Amino acid sequence: MNNFEYVRPATVRDAVTAALQPGGAYLAGGTNLLDLMKGNVSRPTRIVDISHLPGLDRIEDLPDGSVRIGALVRNADLAHDRDSARRFPAVAEALLSGASAQLRNAATVGGNLMQRTRCAYFYDAASACNKRHPGSGCDARGGDNRLHAILGWSQNCIATHPSDFCVPLVALDAIVEMEGRTGRREISLEALHRLPDGSPNSETMLEPGEMIVAVRLPPEAAQFAAHSRYLKVRDRTSYAFAIVSAAAALHFDGDTIADARLALGGVALKPWRAREAEQVLIGGRAGTSSFRRAAEAALAGARPAGDNAFKIELARRVVARAFALAAAGTPERLPALPASPFADAFGVAAHA
Amino acid sequence: MAISTTLTVNGVKQTIELDDPRVTLLDLLRERLNLTGTKKGCDRGQCGACTVIVDGRRINSCLALAVSYDGAKVLTIEGVAPRGRLHPVQEAFIAHDGLQCGFCTPGQIMSAIGLIAEGQAGDDPERVREGMSGNLCRCAAYQGITEAVLEAQKAVDALDRKEVA
Repeated sequence: MNNFEYVRPATVRDAVTAALQPGGAYLAGGTNLLDLMKGNVSRPTRIVDISHLPGLDRIEDLPDGSVRIGALVRNADLAHDRDSARRFPAVAEALLSGASAQLRNAATVGGNLMQRTRCAYFYDAASACNKRHPGSGCDARGGDNRLHAILGWSQNCIATHPSDFCVPLVALDAIVEMEGRTGRREISLEALHRLPDGSPNSETMLEPGEMIVAVRLPPEAAQFAAHSRYLKVRDRTSYAFAIVSAAAALHFDGDTIADARLALGGVALKPWRAREAEQVLIGGRAGTSSFRRAAEAALAGARPAGDNAFKIELARRVVARAFALAAAGTPERLPALPASPFADAFGVAAHA
Repeated sequence: MAISTTLTVNGVKQTIELDDPRVTLLDLLRERLNLTGTKKGCDRGQCGACTVIVDGRRINSCLALAVSYDGAKVLTIEGVAPRGRLHPVQEAFIAHDGLQCGFCTPGQIMSAIGLIAEGQAGDDPERVREGMSGNLCRCAAYQGITEAVLEAQKAVDALDRKEVA
């Protein structure tokens, strides 16, 4: 790990000023950043410790029915927050399917959004990687790439975004609030992460020094509470990143699907919203055939980046099953193995 | 530039001068405070051997900068049996052979204490296994570990009931 200057600002404004210096990096939970620094993948020369900033660790109900989650809320605290878990069950399920209990106790909301890809070639300083060294190439292409992207990848980069949490958030139209040199602004989470078109080293829409201060869920997000699931297929049952995951949410008017939401994880360099699939379902009935058609639509543009063609059919099946689970109803309590295909198939519906 | 961090470790408050901001909480415990019960396994947050309880929550001390945890209360394996009487989780690990070589055991025990405090697993072995998945045991003593955590949960529940009564 390279040496760095350590600064601990007292306000968000001071933090932004400190992080604007070249080589500045924000430290919150540190669960990804310190790992990257130990591997010399990230070499910040100034650490701006925002973990002591006041006021960013709250979950607030706003007058318009939105819920505002501070950037420093710990993953475990959000997952176990009773009101949030009741209104946004797929968010809680995704959080609890990620990492380990120790990591969830330290990792923050903002840090989860800002975590880097787990592509092994990105982590290996001896490999060519256009993210680490723009223009150096991509050793993942032609390498061990069975877990790499099937959507939105380019010749320059075939990595995936590793977050579980971001997947239901994108499905639920979450908004990211940030503060930078020119004040506060907000964008949709769906627009935060960039696809690797030209320059995969540019990963998000954040300006230099800009800091995520909160994530907001709009009022409509809660209307899916009774029919929301996150399903995640991984190489081992717990404590592993997704090969493919899906957040599926339905809102019924009688037997008719009035609204549907779908996002996929582990398939692209960003959490992947699949609006085409949602359109297939809206106005129709729930069922195996409609869910399969939605899955076909979601993966229509998929193509393998290497030895990962299996992920395309796997993703279709994960989508169809996630919708079937969502249609059956959000379980009263999350299964012992959150988001796992090995959990009890259908729990008791909490909101029936 | 000298930096200092004030920590309450196993009930003792102390201010430690650091000559380097890179020192992790794990290295501070082991190399500066000689509390070598907390183990360094992978040093990358993957194995759980370095698990300690900070402000009541289990974390990986290898992924924590000591200077960032200024003001925190830290509980390590050295602090769980203060009066020479084993903690119920320690007793249960012995009773159920929840270890073989012992290297991961301090982390397993701190993680189990954290898990029981979180109150999410109850008497469900599947939830215990899921809740302990951040602690690897290369001797694969998992069966005994799960049994030990379940028994310790019962013992702690009984203690709580006694305290309430």
